[in-house]
Amino acid sequence: MGKRILMKGNEVIAEAALRAGCRHFFGYPITPQTEISHYMARKMEEIGGVFLQAESEVAAINMVYGAASAGVRVMTSSSSPGISLKQEGISYSACAELPMVIVDIVRCGPGLGGILPAQCDYFQVVKGGGHGDYNLIVLAPASVQELYELTVEAFNLADRYRNPVVILGDGYLGQMMEAVEFRDEEPIEKGNKDWATTGHGGKRIHNVTTSIYIDPNVLEAHNRKLQEKYKKVKENETRAEVVNCDGADVIVVAYGTVARVVKNVIKDAEKLGIKVGLIRPITLWPFPTEVFDKYAGVPKGFLTVEMSSGQMVEDVRLALNGRNRVEFHGRMGGNVPTQKDILDIVRQMADKQ
Amino acid sequence: MQQIIISGFGGQGILSMGRLLAAGGLHEGHNVSWLPSYGPEMRGGTANCHVIISNEEIGSPIISCPNALIVMNQPSLDKFENMVEENGIIVMDSALVPIKPKRKDLRSFSLPATEKAYEMGHPAFAGVILLGKFIAETGIISSKSFEEALRTVLSPSKHNLIPDEMKALEFGMSY
Repeated sequence: MGKRILMKGNEVIAEAALRAGCRHFFGYPITPQTEISHYMARKMEEIGGVFLQAESEVAAINMVYGAASAGVRVMTSSSSPGISLKQEGISYSACAELPMVIVDIVRCGPGLGGILPAQCDYFQVVKGGGHGDYNLIVLAPASVQELYELTVEAFNLADRYRNPVVILGDGYLGQMMEAVEFRDEEPIEKGNKDWATTGHGGKRIHNVTTSIYIDPNVLEAHNRKLQEKYKKVKENETRAEVVNCDGADVIVVAYGTVARVVKNVIKDAEKLGIKVGLIRPITLWPFPTEVFDKYAGVPKGFLTVEMSSGQMVEDVRLALNGRNRVEFHGRMGGNVPTQKDILDIVRQMADKQ
Repeated sequence: MQQIIISGFGGQGILSMGRLLAAGGLHEGHNVSWLPSYGPEMRGGTANCHVIISNEEIGSPIISCPNALIVMNQPSLDKFENMVEENGIIVMDSALVPIKPKRKDLRSFSLPATEKAYEMGHPAFAGVILLGKFIAETGIISSKSFEEALRTVLSPSKHNLIPDEMKALEFGMSY
């Protein structure tokens, strides 16, 4: 491990991608993630990679499709309205089983909305904002160090499962600075890419990456294959951070920046004699359902806190399947749930006014 | 744990002041976070940043109850004064913040930072002077760590200014 250095979240994502061997980046600027493009523009020039600012998000995602088809590590990044524009290409990429990393540094919506942090893209990213039966692997970091580690991991997961992987962060994670410690060498998995369309010189049958299957039986078989793959991802890659949950009175469920506010609430509540646990899903898809099985019986129930009107809370309810009460607290429009408001709700739930 | 809000007009170097503190804290081996206000700010508008320096894991990077406030305009004092923790510290520029804090349970310090910075021929050093006072009162980082922070935060083309920046810091520290 090297020295701890102070870096901005967005820049760390870009640096992590380069360390993971990404040499192709296609994007279109949008606040609050533009520093990723800045960093890539500067560094790709130095190291002989490809940085291209596309004419639109739609173009960018299709360039990513092309690069991924050729078997190279490739990334694009955007923020909420830009991710909406990319959805068609993302669905095509999921169908064609193309490994790629897509970064969504979420801003508040709907519409053009505002540039402040939000988590209102959970549905469009986790539930598939594009058409068809597909899943993306969705990673939700909560610190600058984790932005680094999960971005490197995202490239490995993308190659391992031939699937698009999304880094879902909020505007604060992208904009904030914290210390990051880079490894001397990255744990890069060299995946088998004999499917890639790299040119064959007449020596083998040509490879095809496609998302069109006209024959219903062929398309159904392809869908079944995708579903088998998703099952494997669920079995092997589900991750969550569990804090203070054993013997907790109330368990709060939160991801990203909000989970960090909850960590402060844990300390505040302790002073009042209330034990608050935290389940922080790190993979939003696959959702860490098993953790909820373990703690389903928490005496005073669950509280989900989000910077949205209530999106992840649906997955919490599905995971618990009626076994316990699930309360919700959310803020919108770029506001972040406050420590005090969360503490007040926790106190009410614990019947300790 | 120090939770510091630095606030003023866009263009005064508010965000850089925060970065210097965070980099100094990191140099001393602490955990640090720096969170800028990145709303639709512009030169002449308001700007602020939240800096946390701690020996423990930093939970929320958002400060709801700062124990220190460094302000470079009146609206910033008006906005944040009531949030400051009891016995907290406020450092402000005497020319830019003419109306002093109302609360009596805070330690407040008013310095002619802008005036002195102009005198030194570097108006942009006003912030460093205020940081000097803050560092002297809290002991949060050493002046040596601050110098190290200047080296990491400033682009190499501005490293020739470091000796003068350190003089500005010392003025603030001994004011």
